[in-house]
Amino acid sequence: MTKVDARGRSCPEPVLMTKKALASGENTYEVLVDNRTAVENVTRFAKHQGYTVSVTESEEEFTLSLTK
Amino acid sequence: MKEKRNLIIAGLIIGLISVGLVKAGNPANMGFCIACFLRDIAGGVGLHRAAIVQYVRPEIIGLVLGAFAVSLVKKEFMPRGGSSPVLRFVLGFIVMVGALMFLGCPLRMVLRIAGGDLNAVVGLVGFAAGIAVGVFFLNQGFSLKRTYSLPKVEGMAFPALNVGLLLLAVFGTGLLLFSESGPGSQHAPLAIALIAGLVVGALAQRTRLCMVGGIRDLLLFKDWTLLSGFLAILVAAAVGNMLLGGFNLGFANQPVAHTDGLWNFLGMATAGFGSVLLGGCPLRQLILAGEGNSDSAVAVLGMIVGAAFCHNFGLASSGTGSTANGHIAVVLALVVLVVIAVTNTAKAAQNAKVSSSQGK
Repeated sequence: MTKVDARGRSCPEPVLMTKKALASGENTYEVLVDNRTAVENVTRFAKHQGYTVSVTESEEEFTLSLTK
Repeated sequence: MKEKRNLIIAGLIIGLISVGLVKAGNPANMGFCIACFLRDIAGGVGLHRAAIVQYVRPEIIGLVLGAFAVSLVKKEFMPRGGSSPVLRFVLGFIVMVGALMFLGCPLRMVLRIAGGDLNAVVGLVGFAAGIAVGVFFLNQGFSLKRTYSLPKVEGMAFPALNVGLLLLAVFGTGLLLFSESGPGSQHAPLAIALIAGLVVGALAQRTRLCMVGGIRDLLLFKDWTLLSGFLAILVAAAVGNMLLGGFNLGFANQPVAHTDGLWNFLGMATAGFGSVLLGGCPLRQLILAGEGNSDSAVAVLGMIVGAAFCHNFGLASSGTGSTANGHIAVVLALVVLVVIAVTNTAKAAQNAKVSSSQGK
Protein backbone atom coordinates (compact mmCIF):
# COMPACT_ATOMS: atom_id res chain seq x y z
CA MET A 1 0.00 0.00 0.00
CA THR A 2 1.32 3.41 -0.96
CA LYS A 3 1.20 6.20 1.60
CA VAL A 4 0.90 9.86 0.67
CA ASP A 5 1.98 12.32 3.36
CA ALA A 6 0.33 15.64 2.49
CA ARG A 7 0.35 17.05 6.02
CA GLY A 8 1.05 20.77 6.04
CA ARG A 9 0.15 21.07 2.37
CA SER A 10 -2.62 23.39 1.35
CA CYS A 11 -4.91 22.80 -1.59
CA PRO A 12 -4.56 21.86 -4.34
CA GLU A 13 -1.28 20.18 -3.39
CA PRO A 14 -2.76 17.21 -1.45
CA VAL A 15 -4.99 16.40 -4.43
CA LEU A 16 -2.09 16.69 -6.88
CA MET A 17 0.06 14.42 -4.67
CA THR A 18 -2.78 11.91 -4.51
CA LYS A 19 -3.30 12.12 -8.25
CA LYS A 20 0.37 11.37 -8.85
CA ALA A 21 0.31 8.41 -6.46
CA LEU A 22 -2.86 6.99 -7.99
CA ALA A 23 -1.07 6.75 -11.33
CA SER A 24 0.62 3.56 -10.05
CA GLY A 25 -2.81 1.89 -10.20
CA GLU A 26 -2.88 0.10 -6.84
CA ASN A 27 -6.09 -0.85 -5.07
CA THR A 28 -5.37 0.70 -1.67
CA TYR A 29 -3.76 3.98 -0.65
CA GLU A 30 -3.42 5.92 2.56
CA VAL A 31 -3.39 9.72 2.44
CA LEU A 32 -2.42 11.85 5.45
CA VAL A 33 -3.67 15.45 5.57
CA ASP A 34 -4.17 18.00 8.34
CA ASN A 35 -7.00 20.25 7.25
CA ARG A 36 -10.63 19.67 6.43
CA THR A 37 -10.52 21.34 3.03
CA ALA A 38 -7.89 18.81 1.99
CA VAL A 39 -10.05 15.95 3.36
CA GLU A 40 -12.99 17.13 1.24
CA ASN A 41 -10.95 17.73 -1.90
CA VAL A 42 -8.99 14.46 -1.78
CA THR A 43 -12.19 12.54 -1.01
CA ARG A 44 -13.99 14.12 -3.96
CA PHE A 45 -11.09 13.39 -6.30
CA ALA A 46 -10.65 9.78 -5.13
CA LYS A 47 -14.37 9.08 -5.50
CA HIS A 48 -14.25 10.41 -9.06
CA GLN A 49 -11.44 7.92 -9.69
CA GLY A 50 -13.64 5.07 -8.45
CA TYR A 51 -12.22 4.63 -4.94
CA THR A 52 -14.21 4.38 -1.73
CA VAL A 53 -12.88 6.62 1.00
CA SER A 54 -12.98 6.29 4.78
CA VAL A 55 -11.63 8.98 7.05
CA THR A 56 -10.22 8.60 10.56
CA GLU A 57 -9.41 11.67 12.61
CA SER A 58 -6.83 12.01 15.37
CA GLU A 59 -5.44 15.20 16.91
CA GLU A 60 -5.75 17.64 14.01
CA GLU A 61 -4.71 14.94 11.53
CA PHE A 62 -6.78 12.92 9.14
CA THR A 63 -6.01 9.56 7.58
CA LEU A 64 -7.90 8.79 4.39
CA SER A 65 -8.06 5.14 3.36
CA LEU A 66 -8.69 4.75 -0.35
CA THR A 67 -9.83 1.35 -1.60
CA LYS A 68 -11.01 0.16 -4.98
CA MET B 1 -23.25 16.28 -4.92
CA LYS B 2 -24.16 17.82 -1.56
CA GLU B 3 -21.06 20.01 -1.81
CA LYS B 4 -22.12 21.28 -5.22
CA ARG B 5 -25.68 21.94 -4.05
CA ASN B 6 -24.44 23.91 -1.05
CA LEU B 7 -22.08 25.91 -3.25
CA ILE B 8 -24.90 26.79 -5.64
CA ILE B 9 -27.18 27.87 -2.78
CA ALA B 10 -24.37 29.92 -1.19
CA GLY B 11 -23.52 31.46 -4.57
CA LEU B 12 -27.14 32.47 -5.20
CA ILE B 13 -27.36 34.10 -1.75
CA ILE B 14 -24.01 35.92 -2.21
CA GLY B 15 -25.10 37.17 -5.65
CA LEU B 16 -28.33 38.60 -4.22
CA ILE B 17 -26.59 40.15 -1.20
CA SER B 18 -24.12 41.81 -3.59
CA VAL B 19 -26.92 43.40 -5.59
CA GLY B 20 -28.59 44.41 -2.33
CA LEU B 21 -25.43 46.15 -1.09
CA VAL B 22 -25.34 48.27 -4.25
CA LYS B 23 -28.97 49.17 -3.65
CA ALA B 24 -28.03 50.06 -0.05
CA GLY B 25 -25.34 52.49 -1.19
CA ASN B 26 -22.22 50.70 -2.46
CA PRO B 27 -20.79 51.74 -5.87
CA ALA B 28 -22.39 50.01 -8.88
CA ASN B 29 -21.29 46.42 -9.52
CA MET B 30 -19.36 46.64 -6.23
CA GLY B 31 -21.55 44.85 -3.71
CA PHE B 32 -18.34 43.09 -2.89
CA CYS B 33 -14.84 43.72 -4.17
CA ILE B 34 -12.05 42.45 -1.96
CA ALA B 35 -9.40 44.39 -3.87
CA CYS B 36 -11.34 47.67 -3.91
CA PHE B 37 -12.36 47.33 -0.26
CA LEU B 38 -8.84 46.57 0.97
CA ARG B 39 -7.69 49.56 -1.12
CA ASP B 40 -10.35 51.72 0.56
CA ILE B 41 -9.25 50.50 4.01
CA ALA B 42 -5.60 51.30 3.14
CA GLY B 43 -6.80 54.81 2.30
CA GLY B 44 -9.08 55.01 5.33
CA VAL B 45 -6.13 54.55 7.68
CA GLY B 46 -4.00 56.94 5.63
CA LEU B 47 -1.61 54.51 3.95
CA HIS B 48 -2.39 56.29 0.68
CA ARG B 49 -3.87 59.74 0.02
CA ALA B 50 -6.13 59.13 -2.96
CA ALA B 51 -9.05 61.16 -1.58
CA ILE B 52 -11.79 59.39 -3.57
CA VAL B 53 -11.04 55.85 -2.35
CA GLN B 54 -10.81 56.10 1.44
CA TYR B 55 -13.22 54.24 3.72
CA VAL B 56 -13.10 51.45 6.28
CA ARG B 57 -15.28 48.85 4.57
CA PRO B 58 -17.21 46.86 7.19
CA GLU B 59 -17.79 44.08 4.63
CA ILE B 60 -14.12 43.04 4.94
CA ILE B 61 -14.31 42.98 8.74
CA GLY B 62 -17.52 40.94 8.52
CA LEU B 63 -16.00 38.43 6.10
CA VAL B 64 -13.06 37.76 8.42
CA LEU B 65 -15.11 37.63 11.62
CA GLY B 66 -17.88 35.54 10.01
CA ALA B 67 -15.34 32.95 8.91
CA PHE B 68 -13.65 33.16 12.33
CA ALA B 69 -16.88 32.56 14.26
CA VAL B 70 -18.05 29.67 12.10
CA SER B 71 -14.64 28.01 12.13
CA LEU B 72 -14.63 28.19 15.94
CA VAL B 73 -18.09 26.63 16.18
CA LYS B 74 -17.25 23.92 13.63
CA LYS B 75 -13.88 23.23 15.27
CA GLU B 76 -12.07 24.18 12.08
CA PHE B 77 -10.19 27.10 13.61
CA MET B 78 -6.59 25.95 13.18
CA PRO B 79 -3.70 28.39 13.52
CA ARG B 80 -1.24 27.44 10.78
CA GLY B 81 1.59 29.17 9.00
CA GLY B 82 5.20 29.19 7.96
CA SER B 83 4.77 28.39 4.27
CA SER B 84 7.01 30.99 2.57
CA PRO B 85 5.48 34.02 4.32
CA VAL B 86 7.51 36.72 2.55
CA LEU B 87 6.78 35.23 -0.87
CA ARG B 88 3.10 35.20 0.08
CA PHE B 89 3.33 38.88 1.03
CA VAL B 90 4.86 39.62 -2.39
CA LEU B 91 2.19 37.51 -4.14
CA GLY B 92 -0.56 39.38 -2.29
CA PHE B 93 1.03 42.67 -3.35
CA ILE B 94 1.19 41.50 -6.97
CA VAL B 95 -2.40 40.23 -7.02
CA MET B 96 -3.45 43.71 -5.90
CA VAL B 97 -1.40 45.41 -8.66
CA GLY B 98 -3.19 43.23 -11.23
CA ALA B 99 -6.63 43.67 -9.68
CA LEU B 100 -6.32 47.46 -9.52
CA MET B 101 -5.17 47.57 -13.15
CA PHE B 102 -8.47 45.85 -14.01
CA LEU B 103 -10.44 47.55 -11.19
CA GLY B 104 -11.75 44.57 -9.30
CA CYS B 105 -10.94 41.31 -7.60
CA PRO B 106 -12.19 38.05 -9.17
CA LEU B 107 -15.46 38.38 -7.23
CA ARG B 108 -16.11 41.89 -8.53
CA MET B 109 -15.18 40.66 -12.01
CA VAL B 110 -18.12 38.25 -11.80
CA LEU B 111 -20.36 41.01 -10.41
CA ARG B 112 -19.28 43.33 -13.26
CA ILE B 113 -20.18 40.66 -15.83
CA ALA B 114 -23.52 40.27 -14.04
CA GLY B 115 -24.04 44.01 -14.51
CA GLY B 116 -23.48 43.68 -18.27
CA ASP B 117 -19.92 45.08 -18.22
CA LEU B 118 -18.27 43.36 -21.19
CA ASN B 119 -14.82 44.69 -20.20
CA ALA B 120 -15.03 42.18 -17.36
CA VAL B 121 -15.49 39.37 -19.91
CA VAL B 122 -12.13 40.41 -21.36
CA GLY B 123 -10.82 40.34 -17.77
CA LEU B 124 -12.24 36.84 -17.30
CA VAL B 125 -10.38 35.57 -20.37
CA GLY B 126 -7.15 37.04 -18.97
CA PHE B 127 -7.95 35.61 -15.53
CA ALA B 128 -8.41 32.10 -16.96
CA ALA B 129 -5.19 32.48 -18.97
CA GLY B 130 -3.28 33.49 -15.83
CA ILE B 131 -4.73 30.52 -13.95
CA ALA B 132 -3.74 28.17 -16.79
CA VAL B 133 -0.13 29.37 -16.50
CA GLY B 134 -0.25 28.81 -12.73
CA VAL B 135 -1.74 25.33 -13.23
CA PHE B 136 1.17 24.49 -15.55
CA PHE B 137 3.59 25.20 -12.69
CA LEU B 138 1.41 23.28 -10.18
CA ASN B 139 1.61 20.25 -12.45
CA GLN B 140 5.39 20.65 -12.55
CA GLY B 141 5.51 20.49 -8.73
CA PHE B 142 5.28 24.15 -7.69
CA SER B 143 4.95 24.48 -3.92
CA LEU B 144 5.41 27.20 -1.32
CA LYS B 145 6.29 24.38 1.10
CA ARG B 146 4.44 23.09 4.10
CA THR B 147 2.71 24.91 6.93
CA TYR B 148 3.09 24.17 10.64
CA SER B 149 0.74 24.32 13.60
CA LEU B 150 1.04 27.55 15.56
CA PRO B 151 -0.23 28.73 18.95
CA LYS B 152 -3.88 29.83 19.24
CA VAL B 153 -2.95 33.46 19.86
CA GLU B 154 -1.15 33.64 16.48
CA GLY B 155 -4.36 32.59 14.72
CA MET B 156 -6.43 35.01 16.81
CA ALA B 157 -4.26 38.00 15.90
CA PHE B 158 -5.78 38.73 12.50
CA PRO B 159 -9.44 38.47 13.64
CA ALA B 160 -8.47 40.66 16.62
CA LEU B 161 -7.02 43.28 14.27
CA ASN B 162 -10.37 43.33 12.49
CA VAL B 163 -12.23 43.83 15.76
CA GLY B 164 -9.90 46.76 16.45
CA LEU B 165 -10.59 48.20 13.01
CA LEU B 166 -14.32 47.86 13.61
CA LEU B 167 -14.06 49.70 16.94
CA LEU B 168 -12.10 52.43 15.16
CA ALA B 169 -14.76 52.65 12.44
CA VAL B 170 -17.52 53.00 15.04
CA PHE B 171 -15.90 55.16 17.73
CA GLY B 172 -12.82 56.70 16.12
CA THR B 173 -14.02 58.09 12.81
CA GLY B 174 -12.24 61.37 13.57
CA LEU B 175 -8.93 59.50 13.26
CA LEU B 176 -9.81 57.99 9.89
CA LEU B 177 -9.95 59.44 6.39
CA PHE B 178 -13.32 58.98 4.68
CA SER B 179 -13.92 60.05 1.07
CA GLU B 180 -16.36 62.88 0.52
CA SER B 181 -16.77 62.08 -3.18
CA GLY B 182 -16.04 59.20 -5.55
CA PRO B 183 -16.35 55.44 -4.93
CA GLY B 184 -15.10 55.70 -1.33
CA SER B 185 -17.98 57.97 -0.41
CA GLN B 186 -20.55 55.48 -1.70
CA HIS B 187 -21.28 52.86 0.87
CA ALA B 188 -24.08 50.92 2.50
CA PRO B 189 -24.81 51.79 6.16
CA LEU B 190 -22.21 50.28 8.50
CA ALA B 191 -24.52 47.75 10.19
CA ILE B 192 -25.91 46.45 6.88
CA ALA B 193 -22.44 46.14 5.36
CA LEU B 194 -21.12 44.38 8.46
CA ILE B 195 -23.99 41.87 8.57
CA ALA B 196 -23.67 41.21 4.83
CA GLY B 197 -19.96 40.51 5.37
CA LEU B 198 -20.65 38.19 8.30
CA VAL B 199 -23.20 36.16 6.32
CA VAL B 200 -21.02 35.89 3.22
CA GLY B 201 -17.96 35.11 5.37
CA ALA B 202 -19.83 32.27 7.07
CA LEU B 203 -21.12 30.89 3.75
CA ALA B 204 -17.70 31.11 2.10
CA GLN B 205 -16.10 29.36 5.09
CA ARG B 206 -18.55 26.46 4.96
CA THR B 207 -18.44 25.99 1.20
CA ARG B 208 -14.72 26.84 0.55
CA LEU B 209 -15.98 29.13 -2.22
CA CYS B 210 -13.08 30.37 -4.34
CA MET B 211 -13.07 32.13 -7.69
CA VAL B 212 -9.56 30.97 -8.59
CA GLY B 213 -10.02 27.46 -7.23
CA GLY B 214 -13.07 26.94 -9.46
CA ILE B 215 -11.24 27.48 -12.73
CA ARG B 216 -8.09 25.80 -11.37
CA ASP B 217 -9.94 22.60 -10.38
CA LEU B 218 -11.68 22.52 -13.75
CA LEU B 219 -8.32 22.71 -15.56
CA LEU B 220 -6.48 20.34 -13.17
CA PHE B 221 -9.09 17.70 -12.38
CA LYS B 222 -12.03 18.38 -14.74
CA ASP B 223 -13.99 19.11 -11.56
CA TRP B 224 -16.84 21.63 -11.79
CA THR B 225 -17.74 21.64 -8.10
CA LEU B 226 -16.07 24.88 -6.99
CA LEU B 227 -16.87 26.67 -10.24
CA SER B 228 -20.59 26.05 -9.67
CA GLY B 229 -20.52 28.60 -6.80
CA PHE B 230 -18.97 31.18 -9.08
CA LEU B 231 -21.63 30.55 -11.75
CA ALA B 232 -24.45 30.78 -9.17
CA ILE B 233 -23.19 34.22 -8.08
CA LEU B 234 -23.20 35.31 -11.72
CA VAL B 235 -26.76 34.10 -12.34
CA ALA B 236 -28.23 35.53 -9.12
CA ALA B 237 -26.51 38.91 -9.51
CA ALA B 238 -27.47 39.18 -13.20
CA VAL B 239 -31.12 38.42 -12.47
CA GLY B 240 -31.08 40.82 -9.49
CA ASN B 241 -29.55 43.56 -11.64
CA MET B 242 -32.10 43.04 -14.41
CA LEU B 243 -35.00 43.26 -11.94
CA LEU B 244 -33.60 46.39 -10.26
CA GLY B 245 -32.51 48.09 -13.48
CA GLY B 246 -28.77 47.76 -12.81
CA PHE B 247 -28.07 45.76 -15.97
CA ASN B 248 -26.42 47.71 -18.77
CA LEU B 249 -24.83 45.61 -21.53
CA GLY B 250 -21.77 47.04 -23.29
CA PHE B 251 -18.18 48.22 -23.03
CA ALA B 252 -18.57 51.97 -22.70
CA ASN B 253 -19.64 53.98 -19.64
CA GLN B 254 -19.50 51.08 -17.19
CA PRO B 255 -19.29 52.02 -13.50
CA VAL B 256 -15.79 52.10 -11.95
CA ALA B 257 -14.29 50.45 -15.05
CA HIS B 258 -12.25 51.33 -18.14
CA THR B 259 -12.28 50.02 -21.70
CA ASP B 260 -8.57 49.31 -22.20
CA GLY B 261 -8.89 45.67 -23.29
CA LEU B 262 -5.22 44.70 -23.33
CA TRP B 263 -4.66 45.94 -19.78
CA ASN B 264 -7.93 44.50 -18.49
CA PHE B 265 -6.70 41.17 -19.85
CA LEU B 266 -3.16 41.49 -18.45
CA GLY B 267 -4.36 42.86 -15.10
CA MET B 268 -6.60 39.86 -14.45
CA ALA B 269 -3.99 37.47 -15.88
CA THR B 270 -1.64 38.80 -13.20
CA ALA B 271 -4.30 38.44 -10.50
CA GLY B 272 -5.17 34.90 -11.66
CA PHE B 273 -1.58 33.67 -11.93
CA GLY B 274 -0.65 35.20 -8.56
CA SER B 275 -3.75 33.80 -6.85
CA VAL B 276 -3.10 30.26 -8.09
CA LEU B 277 0.38 30.44 -6.60
CA LEU B 278 -1.20 31.65 -3.33
CA GLY B 279 -3.72 28.79 -3.46
CA GLY B 280 -6.83 30.95 -3.60
CA CYS B 281 -8.44 34.23 -4.64
CA PRO B 282 -8.45 37.34 -2.39
CA LEU B 283 -11.84 36.35 -0.90
CA ARG B 284 -10.51 32.91 0.01
CA GLN B 285 -7.39 34.46 1.58
CA LEU B 286 -9.62 36.57 3.86
CA ILE B 287 -11.66 33.52 4.87
CA LEU B 288 -8.57 31.41 5.57
CA ALA B 289 -7.08 34.28 7.58
CA GLY B 290 -10.27 34.22 9.65
CA GLU B 291 -9.76 30.48 10.22
CA GLY B 292 -6.37 31.21 11.77
CA ASN B 293 -4.17 30.78 8.71
CA SER B 294 -1.21 33.13 9.17
CA ASP B 295 0.03 32.64 5.62
CA SER B 296 -3.24 33.98 4.27
CA ALA B 297 -3.19 36.84 6.77
CA VAL B 298 0.26 37.79 5.47
CA ALA B 299 -1.06 37.64 1.90
CA VAL B 300 -3.89 40.02 2.87
CA LEU B 301 -1.38 42.41 4.48
CA GLY B 302 0.59 42.24 1.22
CA MET B 303 -2.59 43.20 -0.65
CA ILE B 304 -3.19 46.20 1.64
CA VAL B 305 0.39 47.45 1.24
CA GLY B 306 0.17 46.72 -2.49
CA ALA B 307 -2.99 48.82 -2.71
CA ALA B 308 -1.26 51.71 -0.93
CA PHE B 309 1.66 51.52 -3.38
CA CYS B 310 -0.76 51.39 -6.31
CA HIS B 311 -2.20 54.77 -5.33
CA ASN B 312 0.99 56.36 -4.02
CA PHE B 313 2.83 55.53 -7.26
CA GLY B 314 -0.03 56.06 -9.70
CA LEU B 315 -0.29 52.40 -10.72
CA ALA B 316 -4.04 51.95 -10.24
CA SER B 317 -6.45 52.51 -13.11
CA SER B 318 -9.51 54.72 -12.87
CA GLY B 319 -12.67 55.20 -14.85
CA THR B 320 -10.66 57.23 -17.35
CA GLY B 321 -8.24 54.38 -18.10
CA SER B 322 -4.98 52.75 -17.10
CA THR B 323 -1.70 54.56 -16.44
CA ALA B 324 1.80 54.18 -17.94
CA ASN B 325 3.18 53.51 -14.44
CA GLY B 326 0.54 50.81 -14.04
CA HIS B 327 1.59 49.15 -17.32
CA ILE B 328 5.20 48.99 -16.14
CA ALA B 329 4.12 47.60 -12.76
CA VAL B 330 1.97 44.86 -14.30
CA VAL B 331 4.77 43.76 -16.65
CA LEU B 332 7.24 43.72 -13.73
CA ALA B 333 4.69 41.83 -11.63
CA LEU B 334 4.34 39.15 -14.32
CA VAL B 335 8.13 38.79 -14.48
CA VAL B 336 8.32 38.40 -10.69
CA LEU B 337 5.52 35.80 -10.79
CA VAL B 338 7.43 33.74 -13.34
CA VAL B 339 10.59 33.98 -11.21
CA ILE B 340 8.69 32.87 -8.07
CA ALA B 341 6.97 30.06 -9.98
CA VAL B 342 10.16 28.78 -11.62
CA THR B 343 12.36 28.95 -8.53
CA ASN B 344 9.83 27.18 -6.31
CA THR B 345 9.21 24.51 -8.93
CA ALA B 346 12.87 23.77 -9.67
CA LYS B 347 13.62 23.47 -5.96
CA ALA B 348 10.83 20.96 -5.51
CA ALA B 349 12.29 18.76 -8.24
CA GLN B 350 15.76 19.10 -6.71
CA ASN B 351 14.53 18.21 -3.23
CA ALA B 352 12.81 15.14 -4.58
CA LYS B 353 16.08 14.05 -6.19
CA VAL B 354 18.05 14.64 -3.00
CA SER B 355 15.62 12.67 -0.85
CA SER B 356 15.43 9.77 -3.30
CA SER B 357 19.23 9.56 -3.53
CA GLN B 358 19.33 9.38 0.25
CA GLY B 359 16.93 6.48 0.02
CA LYS B 360 14.23 8.23 2.00
